[in-house]
Amino acid sequence: METIENKISTMSGSNRLDSRLTLMYFSIAFITLLAGGLLGLLQGLNRAGLLELPTNFNYYQVLTAHGILLVLVFSVLFVIAYFYSILSHTMDGLFPIVRKMGWISLITMLVGVVLVVTQVVMGNASVMYTFYPPMKASPWFYVGLFIVVAGIWIAAFGGFTQIAKWRKRNRGKHIPLLGFFAMGVFILLFFGSLGVTAEVLMLIPWAFGWTETINVMLSRTLFWSFGHTFVNIWYLTAVSLWYVVVPKVIGGRLFSDTLTRVVVILLVVSNIPGGFHHQIVDPGMSEGIKLTHALMSMVIGFPSLMTAFAMFFVFARVGKKKGAKGVFGWIKKMPWGDVRFLAPMIAMIFFIPGGAGGIAQNANQLNQVVHNSLWVVGHFHITVGVTAVLTFFGAMYWLIPYLSKRTLTPAMNKLGVIQTLIWTIGMVFMAGGMHTVGLLGAPRRTSYTTYGDSATAASWDPYLLLLAVGGTLLTIALVMIVYIVFNLMFFAPKGNTEFPIAQGEENASETPKWTERWTVWIIIMLVIVAFGYVIPLVDMIQNAPPGSPPFVTW
Amino acid sequence: MKMHRYEKIWLFLAASMLVIAVVYSGVQTFALGQGPPSGVGMIDPEKVEETAPFDNPGISKIGDNEYEVVMILRAFSFEPNIIEIPAGATVHFKMTSIDVMHGFQVIGTNLNAMIMPGHIQEAKQKFKKPGEYLAICNEYCGVGHQLMSMKIIVK
Repeated sequence: METIENKISTMSGSNRLDSRLTLMYFSIAFITLLAGGLLGLLQGLNRAGLLELPTNFNYYQVLTAHGILLVLVFSVLFVIAYFYSILSHTMDGLFPIVRKMGWISLITMLVGVVLVVTQVVMGNASVMYTFYPPMKASPWFYVGLFIVVAGIWIAAFGGFTQIAKWRKRNRGKHIPLLGFFAMGVFILLFFGSLGVTAEVLMLIPWAFGWTETINVMLSRTLFWSFGHTFVNIWYLTAVSLWYVVVPKVIGGRLFSDTLTRVVVILLVVSNIPGGFHHQIVDPGMSEGIKLTHALMSMVIGFPSLMTAFAMFFVFARVGKKKGAKGVFGWIKKMPWGDVRFLAPMIAMIFFIPGGAGGIAQNANQLNQVVHNSLWVVGHFHITVGVTAVLTFFGAMYWLIPYLSKRTLTPAMNKLGVIQTLIWTIGMVFMAGGMHTVGLLGAPRRTSYTTYGDSATAASWDPYLLLLAVGGTLLTIALVMIVYIVFNLMFFAPKGNTEFPIAQGEENASETPKWTERWTVWIIIMLVIVAFGYVIPLVDMIQNAPPGSPPFVTW
Repeated sequence: MKMHRYEKIWLFLAASMLVIAVVYSGVQTFALGQGPPSGVGMIDPEKVEETAPFDNPGISKIGDNEYEVVMILRAFSFEPNIIEIPAGATVHFKMTSIDVMHGFQVIGTNLNAMIMPGHIQEAKQKFKKPGEYLAICNEYCGVGHQLMSMKIIVK
């Protein structure tokens, strides 16, 4: 019975009304990516000393816009669109109320984004996407941010509604595995943004001048309770594709339904306090609290290491089935020419140095070496820019045709392979240069400078050129992926494309019921968040120095 | 929940690695005294220049081959912006910001700290090798951020 239903849903493809919603999200996401990426190129060229930016459109304005457009807007739009497609496909179409919430969320977020970006372009908010007070942007910038977050919440609650309604109709059944990932992501989207919302609600009256001072340390801590959670939202999104889609593309089965669900649960419950490691060299916190948080951040590494095992296990198993010999024989048996495999595979490979860099940064002393250096920028360009984003790109080759009822042609696949390789080489140059020069001390978020003809700073110049080279390659690849996405949306040959979902092994054990107890997981998550944050936050509020008045320093 | 034997071994190693990293951080912090800069002193950010010791920023000798540097960070300069110390001296930095957040990083050393208004940050460093060290602000602080640097001359 179930297989027949599955067949019908694959044959008939996507629900048209749902596709229209998610394709709109993807379109806006990729236009945002193009805009944000071009701004990135300007920075790379400036930092290498090749380009001087005009004063009315300076480096810091460009950097603020780049960060907000890519870190916040592109990623959130992509993640919501991807999971709404999943909810629609694996849960028999979106419920009308959920579809409506999807549209309302999109419109709300766009209103917020326009408000935010206008302020940045007008030069009223060169405060970076971290907007640390007491640097004060225009109050409308913060109002815009609040509206964006409100939009995110609407989408998250749309997701909860879909899952709750589906469960009511399908009593006794497990949420489909991809839907399980969606649940995890929506929980993190909602709970992870509560801290930053509290911060923004304190900044708004301060920026309008209704309150005189702001608690700087508290604001920064609330910001980071969200900052790193967002990183793990992209990561969880990418991982969902590795676990569920990649095995199908290479002709294999799921690693283990239960263990996959455990990874999702672990990432959700352990996530929010992870952001604290951004504050290892901050004043105002005792070393004991910092060590507690080093431990809590380190925990996030554990499910990632589980994922590493699972992925290579799947590859080895598929390779063996196809007749591979030895430990690395599977490498030859993989479909390297299939961009649906190549892109996420390169993404996974980059997660090895990316994840290791994350673990290194989390240790006190190592953090001190790289804190606020370009090393950090290199780290998040390989984790976000390759591990997450290249996986996202990989999804586009089947998800867009699936939604637009078109097909991926061999020519387009080839273009995709070239795109993937150019993107990868670009990142190797750029992130490689950033990692190296960061270890030598070059700071992040700084326009081109010689520091008064300092010999030390001059020794960084050759590495900084790599940023310009990498940035240029990335821009080429960026234009290509935008072309590919819109081609697959509007011009590719008509036809039906499969939504690749791997099935479990035939002898797989039954997934236990306790994995579905989301109320329990949310409570555990809140207890862990409380364990991490109650003491420092209470301390920051009770033992606060006098607050800071606003400053505009640009 | 069934697990493969290799998986159990891998996860055991993974967990051990993470535990070792944390334990080692703890040992470094508490036994070896190499914790991250974590000054817990506080100050009124609007009265920095009237509050001791920041009413008199600069370098002073506080012991046998030990120096204290009291420093104010402001957009876009350090005060003092040049200090001289003998090689091998231990320098105790006491820093605060008079306006926005700043960073203080001495290139070529592990000295790297966030400086925030309202908080007195502390860090110490032994400068063994003679030479001229470049110190910079590594947290974006405004349109002149790229100009914010100072020199530490070790003789």
